[in-house]
Amino acid sequence: MSDMAAQSSRTSRLRRGKLLALSGGVALVISLSIAISVGAVPVPTGTVWGILANKLMPGTLEQTWSQGREAIVWDIRFPRALLAILVGAGLAIVGAALQAVTRNPLADPHLLGISSGGAFGAIFALLHSGLFLGLLTVPILAFCGSLLATLIVLGVSRLADASSADRLVLAGVAVSFIIMAGANALIFLGEPHASHTVVFWMLGGLGLAQWNHLIYPLIVLILCGLWLLSRSRQLNAMTVGDETAATLGIPVARFRLTVFVVGALITGVMVAFSGIIGFVGLMVPHVVRMLVGGDYLRVLPGSALVGAIFLLWADIAARTVMRPEDMPIGIVTGLVGGVFFVWLLGRRKA
Amino acid sequence: MSSAALSVQGLSWSPGRGRATLLHETSFDLAAGRVLGIVGPNGAGKTTLLRLLYRFHRPTSGQVLVDGEDIWQLPARRVAQTVAAVLQEQPSDFALTVGEIVSLGRTPHRTNFGGTNGAHDRDIVERALAQLDLHGLAHRHLGTLSGGERQRVMVARALAQEPRLLILDEPTNHLDIRHQLEILELIRTLPLTIVTSLHDLNLASGVCDDILPLKNGQTIGFGPPDQVLTEQAVTGAFQVEARRERLEPSSTDHLTFHLQT
Repeated sequence: MSDMAAQSSRTSRLRRGKLLALSGGVALVISLSIAISVGAVPVPTGTVWGILANKLMPGTLEQTWSQGREAIVWDIRFPRALLAILVGAGLAIVGAALQAVTRNPLADPHLLGISSGGAFGAIFALLHSGLFLGLLTVPILAFCGSLLATLIVLGVSRLADASSADRLVLAGVAVSFIIMAGANALIFLGEPHASHTVVFWMLGGLGLAQWNHLIYPLIVLILCGLWLLSRSRQLNAMTVGDETAATLGIPVARFRLTVFVVGALITGVMVAFSGIIGFVGLMVPHVVRMLVGGDYLRVLPGSALVGAIFLLWADIAARTVMRPEDMPIGIVTGLVGGVFFVWLLGRRKA
Repeated sequence: MSSAALSVQGLSWSPGRGRATLLHETSFDLAAGRVLGIVGPNGAGKTTLLRLLYRFHRPTSGQVLVDGEDIWQLPARRVAQTVAAVLQEQPSDFALTVGEIVSLGRTPHRTNFGGTNGAHDRDIVERALAQLDLHGLAHRHLGTLSGGERQRVMVARALAQEPRLLILDEPTNHLDIRHQLEILELIRTLPLTIVTSLHDLNLASGVCDDILPLKNGQTIGFGPPDQVLTEQAVTGAFQVEARRERLEPSSTDHLTFHLQT
């Protein structure tokens, strides 16, 4: 290939990347506005953006909608949709990063034992401790549970000398089972009639979104996301192999642990506000790699974008399929994710 | 490209306190630009020795000096700018292209978030791709390549690192004859100091300036092939009966092996 040909193929790939990023952004905005307008009370998209404009810059538009509509859109649906974006993006980049450092295409936040740690904390708050910290009790305890689970995974991996990728995954799975058993024991010991809130929480849901809580997942997502992005070269190298990565000057064991802890931080915060939502972290990076290839400089932002869009639509489905009931979103993501994997298996075979 | 001198002093390794020593004390000096072949039966400690040289294992005793500097006194990234390795690890399929894998070789030379020397890095990657005849494959996914092509990708990746000491672990494994000879030819012509483990003793004597045979973690010699790979030495190390025979019409020496009776 001549230099010019290489040059032109590079520009064309660059253009393709920009085009994908642009269409992704547009898709996100459209999905967001649909997610807000769809529901038990349908609201026209024009009204949705009108309310947004008036909230950001009061007085821009004449109010043609009722106070009730405004309350539904602004107080309930906007934070819910934004939470969907944050959680989807967060879980997807955690999945992508963990897949690289474990070299396991099936890695996702569940593997860390984090989700089960979060479940344990939330169940404890819901059924046993009482809401001693007010409404934030459940998220705070869920977050503590997640962090605790991560520390236990790290401890076990030290104890079992599990510095390799496989053994770290096994440590995560083992701890996850143990904590899940504990969580189930808490449910069994708890009051039967309170259990349905627990079920809702275990299956995930975005219904508890509130404006003043969104700041926590937002900050964590931005900081941790930027950190991961700055390490995209190292993540690329980790997919080749531990020893090769080491010969490229990467402190492999330490780097893997750091990515685990950062992943735990993101997942912990997301789980705290949305419950356990499976399959996003597992599935989204695969789709993104098909679109943009394997370079983590593109996989991470792509995963964030696709994860956000995916969870918005999963939530739309969850709210509309059994209207006016909210179906737990985990059912939707599990169903879609499972079918997706069956499809992926069939495709690989061909 | 230039080459680095390698000096190994009293080097030994065991996986942990109270565990068996996998490599017993060994010392040797390899002058810059020479090719060292490490041979020995399975489990003799070849990979262990190589891992010590590319700074994966920390020595239980002794030192590895590259151009006089102890590699464990330097940051990993500094060492990676001098020492590259082609290993037997097979990358799992994460949809990286050949070009992306090769450009990983620039990792130790760059800071996070790219750095400033993009054009320079691209030139080096292009050169490494050309050197291994991989240009046509640059946009292919690694998973779609044959074993020989993958091995070439991993060598190109190591060359993009611009090392002065190159370490190869069984570079001819799983390759057909033609690709074996191509890799060996490359080893012979690269102006680098090279340490490689090889299974085939005849190939090793053809390509290496020095040979270091290992047996049960013990170094049992160091020197030019014809001095080290004697019939007795090979017979002792590999527990086979080795005979040095002369090939006609090329009149080259060739070792043949027979099970001991």
